[in-house]
Amino acid sequence: MHSFVYRLNTLVTFSVLLLGVLCAGASILDSFNSHSVRAHVEVLKVNRFRRQLNGNDEVALTLNISVDLQSAFTWNTKQVFVFVAVEYETPKNALNQISLWDHIIPDKEHAKFETQVTNKYLLIDQASFLRIPFCIKNLIIWNMKEHGSNLRGKKIELVLHWHVMPKTGRMIQDKIGVSSFQIPEAYT
Amino acid sequence: MDWQGQKLAETLMQAMLAAFAVAAFATGYVLGSFRTMLLAYAGGVVLTALITVPDWPFYNRHPLKWLDPAEAERHPRPQPQPEGASKKKPSKTHKKVGLVNSFGYIDREEAP
Repeated sequence: MHSFVYRLNTLVTFSVLLLGVLCAGASILDSFNSHSVRAHVEVLKVNRFRRQLNGNDEVALTLNISVDLQSAFTWNTKQVFVFVAVEYETPKNALNQISLWDHIIPDKEHAKFETQVTNKYLLIDQASFLRIPFCIKNLIIWNMKEHGSNLRGKKIELVLHWHVMPKTGRMIQDKIGVSSFQIPEAYT
Repeated sequence: MDWQGQKLAETLMQAMLAAFAVAAFATGYVLGSFRTMLLAYAGGVVLTALITVPDWPFYNRHPLKWLDPAEAERHPRPQPQPEGASKKKPSKTHKKVGLVNSFGYIDREEAP
């Protein structure tokens, strides 16, 4: 502590150390915040359900989304990223997740809302085929035989995911199942 | 800044910063504003800097007591012997002669 610069250096170093402690403290307190999120998402209408040329199934939906994420906000929350995903099972994959809609909530005042949206991102189920080769006059033809994966009559779960992005510390992820929906048997 | 002033400055700095940190955290948490916490803490750091970094007069209340000059003259410091005063040896002139052998370059002293 013998000179001006030396004292200034000590002060800056110690103050930055304490700033780190403050941020860590805020982050630790954040993890004790138990948030109870109320959300309801339902499918109002199937706008389009068709088979694409490459065999994938494509669904366009209208969703009614009502969300109350206010309890996810604490003093250390920068923003909350929220998205609605469908989850379903196919013979090939036990869990398929497709995001339909997402939104960034900047503050607590905007954390409670109800909205009707069409899905931002198309629900496209990748077709899975068995490729069966056979020969016609020295030409190998690949016969694409459908492997039983399509969305007709499929029961899908709608799940609301949210990621709480803090100002300092760890990002908190959570999800809640909101409803289930059966895709119609027939293409439109 | 004297010795006790330095100790006081360091203790004061640590105590003030810690106190401001705790106060800022409590304020921010109660008001639910991270920004308030940062501003309160920044204010505390600036205040602490103003108090502990400059050499204020109250850090100089315990000046060092140096020996009286008369006392110092009675016990003179042993003076280092001046060069060439006691050592009355004839200064050798060293002449270096280089010798190259198969191991490299070797210096060899040669008397005049």
